[in-house]
Amino acid sequence: MAIKQLSAFVENKPGRLLGMVRHIADAGINMRAMSIADNKDFGILRVIVSDVEGARRVLSEEALVSVTEVIAAGMSDRAGALYDILKVLADAGINIEYMYAFTASEDMGAYVVMRVNDNDLAERVLHESGIATLREEDIERI
Amino acid sequence: MPNYYQPEIETASREEILRIQNEKIVKQVRHVYDNVKYYRDLMDKKGVKPEDIKSVDDIKKLPFISKDDLREAYPYGFLGTDIKNCVRIQSTSGTTGKRVVAFYTQHDIDLWEECCARAIVAAGGTNEDVCHVCYGYGLFTGGPGLNGGSHKVGCLTLPMSSGNTERQIQFLMDLQATILCCTPSYAAYIGEALAEKGYKPEDNKLKAGIFGAEPWTEEMRRSIEKSLGIKAYDIYGLTETSGPGVSFECSEQTGMHINEDHFYAEIIDPDTGEVLPEGSKGELVFTSLDKEAFPLLRYRTRDICILTRKKCSCGRTHVKMSKPLGRSDDMLIIRGVNVFPSQIETVLLNEGYSPNYQITVDRVNNTDTLDVDVELLPEQFSDKMGEIQHMEKSLEDAMRAMLGIKPRIHLVAPKTVVRSEGKAVRVIDKRKLHD
Repeated sequence: MAIKQLSAFVENKPGRLLGMVRHIADAGINMRAMSIADNKDFGILRVIVSDVEGARRVLSEEALVSVTEVIAAGMSDRAGALYDILKVLADAGINIEYMYAFTASEDMGAYVVMRVNDNDLAERVLHESGIATLREEDIERI
Repeated sequence: MPNYYQPEIETASREEILRIQNEKIVKQVRHVYDNVKYYRDLMDKKGVKPEDIKSVDDIKKLPFISKDDLREAYPYGFLGTDIKNCVRIQSTSGTTGKRVVAFYTQHDIDLWEECCARAIVAAGGTNEDVCHVCYGYGLFTGGPGLNGGSHKVGCLTLPMSSGNTERQIQFLMDLQATILCCTPSYAAYIGEALAEKGYKPEDNKLKAGIFGAEPWTEEMRRSIEKSLGIKAYDIYGLTETSGPGVSFECSEQTGMHINEDHFYAEIIDPDTGEVLPEGSKGELVFTSLDKEAFPLLRYRTRDICILTRKKCSCGRTHVKMSKPLGRSDDMLIIRGVNVFPSQIETVLLNEGYSPNYQITVDRVNNTDTLDVDVELLPEQFSDKMGEIQHMEKSLEDAMRAMLGIKPRIHLVAPKTVVRSEGKAVRVIDKRKLHD
């Protein structure tokens, strides 16, 4: 089961990101992971949050937002852990659009978030190789 | 079912219209020559005497008035009667330079409001309608003109003026307005705002809109008609001749009937000033036939238009003008290519984008640059950078096919393009700052 990611269009101007983050903070929503894709004119903010519907509600008042499903695969703390994940996906012919990584709270390890072209297949091949992925209900406790 | 406010004049025979025009122009030229020194000097310089003008055919002998003349004569130089006879001024927005101040006697106000009433009735208005006017009130002619026309028709008039969209929507819905009068960009904005509040087009009681004061395209018309569930009518006018209502659309929506009993129209070659035959594309020139306080003869509008006398299915006999195809002074020359903002708008609407855009022209290293900011629609947003960049590139290619030069497109967040609630600021030409 994939997890939900919230994405928002951010103009490349001082204070734009600040405004969005303030809305999320004011709503008491915790960010687990984030990344920003950028070009000259704008960026795309992507976040994994404790309350995706709540965050969508507060951000959609002033920004373009969308919710998409992404895969968050657990990585053990050793050399070659990311290689193992990517190898499994490559062997299954899965393409990765973008990815970013984050470390969860104590004892929960690190995760790599990936937007892939086939979530169901990606999860299946990862699980078959003994690699765990996060479920939506896991987000609350990591 | 044709609707006329003044059927006897709106459907008069060609001969009857000419008779009225000929009678009025002889008196009007004498009036101007006797009362407006600035124009008397222009006529003397050209060697034209009032008695040389015996019919509208002789109008071509008269000198032109340009916006520069009005600026030079500011404020009272074109006043055609004593101040004691005047009851009102209106003024231009000054978007192209110094403001123009126009004067009105009560007679001038009445004829102007009658022209607006003709437009409202042509759009299906009767005394049973609720007419929501959210053109700006005050110096701008939009609000006062349509307000006066609406009174003449006997509509319940909501003098909303522009701005405060929340309040506009509340009155529009609660009072069940049936006719909306405003700029097309504000109509589009109201449509968006209604949709945001969850209203569907069929939830409002509007049946028609009368939109003008800025250029808009057929595509924009269709988009407004869809979002508000109405028929959208164009109206044209300028402060220099009176205000909105100089011409207006009928149910045929194929051009605007010029109120020829008050305004005589010519199409000229903007370079030579030569009068062009019917059907030619050129600059529109107006002669006021019976205004007293601000009686401009052969005023050059800078609007590029085509006139036609083809029979109209609505039964009106007055000449029709096309929607302005551009302005001879708003036309941008970018890397030697003529670009009209309306072309850019057409591409945006054809490609499924919002009509909210802003053009910036600049000159970098002696080369002109053309940048267009375009607002993304909510359903167009993607979390994939590649997809958005691809959209920008496709739009650039579509623009190049239409314009002949390739702009740089910047997709921006909704409601970030500056829109005044009067006229949309479409073009920023920074090149002028460097010269």
